[in-house]
Amino acid sequence: MMEAAAQEKLISVINEKFEGEIIEARMDMDFFTFILKKEKIVDIIRHLYNHEETRFQYLTTMFAVHYPDQNQIAMVYQLHNLSANQRIRLKVFLPADNPSTPTLTTVFSAANWMEREAYDFFGVISQGHPNLKRILNVEDMLIFPMRKEYPLEDQTREDKNDLMFGR
Amino acid sequence: MMEASADVSPKVVKEEKQYSYLNLGPTHPATHGIFQNVLKMDGEVIVDSEATIGYIHRAFEKLAEHRPYNQITPITDRMNYCSSPINNLGWHMTVEKLLGVEIPKRVQYLRVIIMELARITDHLVCNAVIGVDTGALTGFVYLFQQRELVYEIYEEICGARLTTNIGRIGGFERDFSPKAWEKINRFLKEFPVVLKEFEDLLKRNRIFMDRTIGCGGISAERALNYSFSGVNLRAAGVDYDVRAMNPYSSYEDFDFIIPVGTNGDVYDRFMVRQEEMWQSMSIIKQAMKKLPEGPFHAKVPEFYLPPKEDVYNNMEALIYHFKIVMGETDVPKGEVYHCVEGGNGELGFYLISDGGRQPFRLHLRRPCFIFYQAYPEMIKGSMLSDAILTMSSMNVIAGELDA
Amino acid sequence: METVASKIGVGEKPEGHEGHGFFATRLDKVVGLARKNSIWPLPFATSCCGIEFMATMGAHYDLARFGSERLSFSPRQADLLMVMGTIAKKMGPVLRQVYEQMAEPRWVLSVGACASSGGIFDTYSVLQGIDRIIPVDVYVPGCPPRPEQIIDGVMKIQYLVENESLRRRDSAEYKAMLNKYGIE
Repeated sequence: MMEAAAQEKLISVINEKFEGEIIEARMDMDFFTFILKKEKIVDIIRHLYNHEETRFQYLTTMFAVHYPDQNQIAMVYQLHNLSANQRIRLKVFLPADNPSTPTLTTVFSAANWMEREAYDFFGVISQGHPNLKRILNVEDMLIFPMRKEYPLEDQTREDKNDLMFGR
Repeated sequence: MMEASADVSPKVVKEEKQYSYLNLGPTHPATHGIFQNVLKMDGEVIVDSEATIGYIHRAFEKLAEHRPYNQITPITDRMNYCSSPINNLGWHMTVEKLLGVEIPKRVQYLRVIIMELARITDHLVCNAVIGVDTGALTGFVYLFQQRELVYEIYEEICGARLTTNIGRIGGFERDFSPKAWEKINRFLKEFPVVLKEFEDLLKRNRIFMDRTIGCGGISAERALNYSFSGVNLRAAGVDYDVRAMNPYSSYEDFDFIIPVGTNGDVYDRFMVRQEEMWQSMSIIKQAMKKLPEGPFHAKVPEFYLPPKEDVYNNMEALIYHFKIVMGETDVPKGEVYHCVEGGNGELGFYLISDGGRQPFRLHLRRPCFIFYQAYPEMIKGSMLSDAILTMSSMNVIAGELDA
Repeated sequence: METVASKIGVGEKPEGHEGHGFFATRLDKVVGLARKNSIWPLPFATSCCGIEFMATMGAHYDLARFGSERLSFSPRQADLLMVMGTIAKKMGPVLRQVYEQMAEPRWVLSVGACASSGGIFDTYSVLQGIDRIIPVDVYVPGCPPRPEQIIDGVMKIQYLVENESLRRRDSAEYKAMLNKYGIE
């Protein structure tokens, strides 16, 4: 849980250099969430990394979410300030037809495989990534399987009859 | 007369270094899991390496979007299958956080006992395997015998040995029987003797120390930049433990030490795991001593199956039973992230619910996936056998790597 | 006095003629007896079933009692391919290559639900059973199967090994079956 004073402090730290980038800042259950514009997200994260009052130097996780109704793909970053035990969440919304975002590998080396995973499953291109290719799926796969329009099962299998399996 | 213009000074010819490529392929006895590494080697020394993973990708995240909440527990089992109760209870805690359910104290203490037992089994596998990779096969056989005792405890409680599907959303399906307590007491009596014997074999063994000290080390700054967590980070010197920093399930009531290493090499990881096993046993003893009385599950009628007498006599219980079994319970809308201290580090569950019966998005923050990225950097400049040892000491479990 | 030694049974000997210093029986019975008690398995362990296999090889449920003391990780020197765990589509070609490198006579044991039929993972990335790509002799269901079940599976393989005709691997029927999988 983050008190209001800490929330104000975070908003002011971002607004110091990146005025107007915050679209929304709210408390989502017990996580303080920022929704930001997508162009300068890496610079904002680097700013939060280096600033003495908000030393968010641990990247907990990073992944993508596909919202088919709004035709958008969101990239969610979760950062952790280990010395003060604060966690925040940053979200950016990208258009689903061409989702691309600058790479975070310049700030956190851990973002390397996380961005490859987001590319593999959703097609999110990280510009400047040293080695953006599929990581978990077969190399020559043509689709981005985690998007909502693709089914879970392999449609070419013959031994599982949908009629019997009650789907 | 010789031509003065002929250049007869000795020429320094720069030879192109020839590297050999060794494929530490997906099926290799020493990798304990299927992932591939192509090593670029200059003789015996490794210059660079490239990893290929995904040989056991089973699409957990996509599978979870098509299953009701209580049917996702068996999927979480199969992530870190050496300590599956931790995955199960982490998932249950995530759903309980989304629903806003208050869990009784007794359930929390029982969960702590099970999670610490699971942590002991995970560390047992890893330390036994470090022993095997240095040539000490005896430890493996002794420690796996002790794992059978823990399997018997799991069987008493939930019926399964390895992929436990333990507990329910809201608590446990039944209280621990007297036989289960007897088995836990027997384990707590017999295990320290065997663990001490194993530790004495290797802790101050000259050969083991020469082999493992300075091998596969990583500094604390690089480890933090690679988002290491768990034993690998603590061996590098950073005392980040989710149980202490963001306590869940009453961990703040217990008194335990977090062991921390200095160099982040194989020896430090081995010793940190050993010490964590002793600490886990101390936590189990504390939990058993302070165990409060009370119900063994919370009141979550939409998720927790009602007792059979009610189902046959009471209309409401019948309807709840039907809805739970058919997977037709609607979950409130929300986004929640909950993390637990798994065997390998911070295991996180990010759940987005859109008000339906199945999750909209479940993202699993898998520690193995994140810290395995650092492997090429950790083995650069070391020799092949050190690379094998580094991989087994990091406790990379293929199910968690690929999900 | 009842000692442990008196409770130990001796294995069945095949029927034949015996006399003072000799024993005559059929060749394939002797070969079968020798083969079944000295199988060298290749543990192709991919996931959770692999951990149950490690427990089977441990001291509690010892698989070495049945002759499988020496695990071979090289397919060239193995008799029995034990596929334990989920085989994803990415891993399929690797499994096929390992199977093709094994020399005849070879047997395949599919341990676990995932290897037999895809298990609980009916997804786009999991091969729905290894019998899509290689011929299988014995299936051991379970998720994961108990060590006793794995030993039961090995004993059924032993039964197959004992009773196999010495000419089976050269017969037209066997070759036709391999051709169905595209293996020469």
